[in-house]
Amino acid sequence: MPSGTLQIKAISAHSGPIPGQGVQREEDVCKYIDVTTCIGCKACEVACVEWNDMPFQQTTFDNTYQTMPATAWNYWNLIKFNEHQRDDGSLMWLMRKDQCMHCEDPGCLRACPADGAIVQYTNGIVDFQQENCIGCQYCVSGCPFDIPKFNSSTKKVYKCTLCSDRVGQGLEPACIKACPTGCLKFGTKTDMRALADARAQQLREHSGFANAGVYDPPSVGGTHVIYVLHDATKPEQYGGLPANPVIPPTYTIWKRAAKPIGLLLALLAAPVAFFHYVMEGPKEPAP
Amino acid sequence: MTNGWIDIKNTDMMLIMGGNPAENHPCGFKWPIEAKLHRNAKMIVVDPRFTRTAANADLFLQIRAGSDIAFLGGLINYAIAQNRIAHDYLVNYTNASFIVQEGFKLPEDGLYSGFDPSTQIYNKSTWNYEAGGRVSAAPVAAAGDTAKGGGGTSQADAPAPSGGAPPSAKSSQPRTGLGYAAQGPGGAKAGAGGSHPGGQAAAAGAPPSLPPNVAYDPSLQHPRCVFQLLKQQYSRYTPEMVERITGIPKDQFLKAADLFTSVRINGDMKKVSTIIYAVGWTQHTFGTQIIRTAAMLQLLLGNVGRAGGGVNALRGHSNIQGATDLAGVFDILPGYLKMPNPDDGDFATYVKRITPTASNPAEWQSYNYWSNTSKFAVSFLKAMYGDAAKKENDWAFSYLPKIDRNYAWAQIWDDMYAGRIKGLLAFGMNGVQIGPNSRKNIDALKKADWLVVGEIYPDETSEFWRAPGTSADEMKKIQTTVYRLPCAGFAEKDGTFVNSARWLQWKNVAVPPPGDARLDQDILAQIFLKVRELYQKEGGKFPDPILNVRWPYTQPDHPALAEVAREINGQALAEITDPTGQGAPSIKAGQQIPGFAWLKDDGTTLCGNWLYSGSWTEAGNQMARRGTDDPSGLGIYPNWAWSWPANRRVMYNRASCDPSGKPWDATRRQIWWNEGSGKWVGNDVPDFKVDSKPSDHMGPFIMNPEGVGRLFAPLSAFAEGPFPEHYEPIESPITNPLHPAQSNNPVVRKMKSPLDKYGEPAGGFNIVCTTYRLTEHYHYWTKNNPMNVQLVPEPFVEIPVELADDMGLKGGERIKVTSARASYVAKAMVTRRIKPMMIDGKKTYQIGIPIHWGYRGIAEDAGRTSLDSANLLSPTVIDPNAYTPEFKGFLVKLEKA
Repeated sequence: MPSGTLQIKAISAHSGPIPGQGVQREEDVCKYIDVTTCIGCKACEVACVEWNDMPFQQTTFDNTYQTMPATAWNYWNLIKFNEHQRDDGSLMWLMRKDQCMHCEDPGCLRACPADGAIVQYTNGIVDFQQENCIGCQYCVSGCPFDIPKFNSSTKKVYKCTLCSDRVGQGLEPACIKACPTGCLKFGTKTDMRALADARAQQLREHSGFANAGVYDPPSVGGTHVIYVLHDATKPEQYGGLPANPVIPPTYTIWKRAAKPIGLLLALLAAPVAFFHYVMEGPKEPAP
Repeated sequence: MTNGWIDIKNTDMMLIMGGNPAENHPCGFKWPIEAKLHRNAKMIVVDPRFTRTAANADLFLQIRAGSDIAFLGGLINYAIAQNRIAHDYLVNYTNASFIVQEGFKLPEDGLYSGFDPSTQIYNKSTWNYEAGGRVSAAPVAAAGDTAKGGGGTSQADAPAPSGGAPPSAKSSQPRTGLGYAAQGPGGAKAGAGGSHPGGQAAAAGAPPSLPPNVAYDPSLQHPRCVFQLLKQQYSRYTPEMVERITGIPKDQFLKAADLFTSVRINGDMKKVSTIIYAVGWTQHTFGTQIIRTAAMLQLLLGNVGRAGGGVNALRGHSNIQGATDLAGVFDILPGYLKMPNPDDGDFATYVKRITPTASNPAEWQSYNYWSNTSKFAVSFLKAMYGDAAKKENDWAFSYLPKIDRNYAWAQIWDDMYAGRIKGLLAFGMNGVQIGPNSRKNIDALKKADWLVVGEIYPDETSEFWRAPGTSADEMKKIQTTVYRLPCAGFAEKDGTFVNSARWLQWKNVAVPPPGDARLDQDILAQIFLKVRELYQKEGGKFPDPILNVRWPYTQPDHPALAEVAREINGQALAEITDPTGQGAPSIKAGQQIPGFAWLKDDGTTLCGNWLYSGSWTEAGNQMARRGTDDPSGLGIYPNWAWSWPANRRVMYNRASCDPSGKPWDATRRQIWWNEGSGKWVGNDVPDFKVDSKPSDHMGPFIMNPEGVGRLFAPLSAFAEGPFPEHYEPIESPITNPLHPAQSNNPVVRKMKSPLDKYGEPAGGFNIVCTTYRLTEHYHYWTKNNPMNVQLVPEPFVEIPVELADDMGLKGGERIKVTSARASYVAKAMVTRRIKPMMIDGKKTYQIGIPIHWGYRGIAEDAGRTSLDSANLLSPTVIDPNAYTPEFKGFLVKLEKA
């Protein structure tokens, strides 16, 4: 699926060099989402379903304008609607576009044991390769944003690709293209971050949102999807955006400690076995 | 829109009320956001519900549906009291200084002068200006003029001028050449005593007309000048009264009033504010007057005609503007020419009746552009009847239908229900669903002989016979023959869309119509040709209008819309020369005319709609232009498509300059006076006589006979009064706190059929209900599209948390809403976005129902939804000016279902 200028940066459970590494230099890409000018029109939801040719599903009324409770294997982009009462009694209706955050340090990729099922490109996009997916769902538990979704009939996991197929051809993601108000933008991480910082400053200085800020959590190394929030100190009120997203320690330990130690032990086992053979000789069949 | 979508980016302040653009115009809502991002513009949203538009507002106020005039009147009162008004604009560009006849009475008791309770109609003869020219206090102060008598106290009565005497902003000396010092005897008389009766009083029998030399007082202090009457009228709309009527707490109202009028602090003219509305204002029994109140507020603040200003109607369908321009309502012909009535015995009588005569102070000028009416009317008749329209036969005026009564939409259904209308051609609408009072419309169709529906889906109207509640026995008895014609969708035909910004944008065919579907114009043409054939063969009572219709299309049964568009633009029938004397080459017979200035009333031009003249010229299809250059940076894009009138993007743009012809704000220059060339020039097309120098004092509102904006709308302009007054909706939880004895609009009449019932609080109907659309659906179409059905799968009713708690109701449970007419069942959406309100001291709840569902669609057919239509609930009662039904703010009661 990915082609053209997309270069792989990391591969799940893969030893050895990364194919094509260093052939081309590329800027990090980033989706900018200004929650303060989102109108919850769901054009991004529709664009996502249509571009990715996802099958429709039956939804049911659930006392909300939100299309469904959470993203699904066939619904990667969902605006979360939250009514929020402020301390002065006034109301806010927060609408946040939820999708894969494309973490710089992706928990899904760390967790994945299947060689080549999850790749991270040098531009920051984290992409699932379903043909290599073994359906173990470790990525589901590895994600601090509850994004990867399992399809029980195909036994594979799916999520937003950041339209790697479009981006690879120099196009913006489908959701960005469909956004009518310009609250979604796409560009380099540096540019989008600068835009977001400027917008947050404007909100602090001109719109009375003293805590306005940018959501780009360092605990996952920053994300390739960033939000401008009216109140960056309380991201939870935007439909459960974690203030401090962390990859479950099992996976951190697995990758950072357990796996190297295991490898080391395995390597140590070889000479031990050799010496054991030299000293003790081959195992004799029991008399 | 007076302005346009893109122009909203130029504003400093937005009042969005009676509209929900984020949900219903999401693409256009980009521009309010641009204004916020790039100008730090403020957005005030006033709505019965906290909408997705409100989610983007700087200030949101929850208002009771149907109390908009009280709110806007309160803003007028606040602006005057705080002197946050545009003084020079007011004096020179509005009728603020005009003096109203003695005998005119303001509606303290709910009625203006001249009301006849037996007919429920006003005699409007006192709703007129006085004649007599200038009556200003200042030049004759030595004579002890009464208007000056107040001395120092006059400061409190009149707005403080921001400069010298009008019309010059800088000089205290009256301009020479304007005749300001000259006073007619009438003026002196009125100024001294103010007692003479209107000199223009017409002879008994003749309808009253506006006086040619209007009496006026530029000091705005004459007690009967429009400004003083305006001030008196809205002095009753105090913040306390606003709170009682609208439910908006006084402190919140004052916050909004302070914010909105902050653009005009100390009369400074640099900043500009816009008002944006949609059918939340029109769908009331006083809808036209709500919009008028907004227009008056904008005139008072000097916001009309300016980039980032104006009064901006957002049209809810892609071509509703085009439908209106081409006579979508029964009482107009294309281009807003008035329909003839039976008293118009001949063409001359008709044209005289509908052509206004200038009515302005003698020292001022009025372009009075409607004085060209005869040219538009003759050219229209030539387009209709071709060679059969001759001077000798009065341009075939007798062929035009004459309207003897109301034929508005609600009336058509009433007539069908009463058996007076036997058949209906329904194209581009779902009549049963768009209501009001759907049950009556369904029953009306049962009584018709035939129904033709041209649609892209099988809809509720074409299947009215299987509306819920119709028994199998009853179905068998329905004798109506239904012809269902599959039609082409919007992407399957070419032609134009006219958007809210008045742009005519040509579109091409994307895909051919599927299956048996045909183009609407082909169906209509083929029906017409068959009817004409019948008249040719069999004759008839009056075959001439049918037999003589001009039908010049290359394929008569398949008229190309390009040919129709060229006809609408207008063509020369003989060689005509440049009427403006600018030396443009003459136009030969058969050529496209360059614009409506070239139209003639001697039969040498034809034109389907004068407003669209210039859209398809000899240079080609202007509507198909896609130029993206915008030299001014104001978002004018003069080479993108074509905007009526005359490719002008902001109407009344003369008012963007001060009286001397300099832009009020040099950073947003639209047009200006160029002394060197002696012309108005600029970035937009001047909406003005281009060589009228500022010292001529020609008014910028060239379509009004006064030449100025109407704070006071004289004579027959409106059915219920020259100033808007707050009346309660026909179904209201309270009696009108302003005048309990006259609670509703006095000229509004209820329908009389057995199915037209109206509810009252005493009957248990005490919850205010409003209806609206969602961004996820397009009217009644998209419930046939699985994508939209996935987004919002089924109907619901939005209910305040507090009300749900009272009822022991949870979100997602079924609820039954009952009005005096019918019941409606759907699931409850319990929300904090609608709060309970205190209305005149009474705790009042509002609820809201999206209108999209009915008994035909994917989820409906699968049996997954309730099959009721929201408009089963709404009452058939209409605005007396525009005939729009009151879909917003009627009464219901609730129970668990």
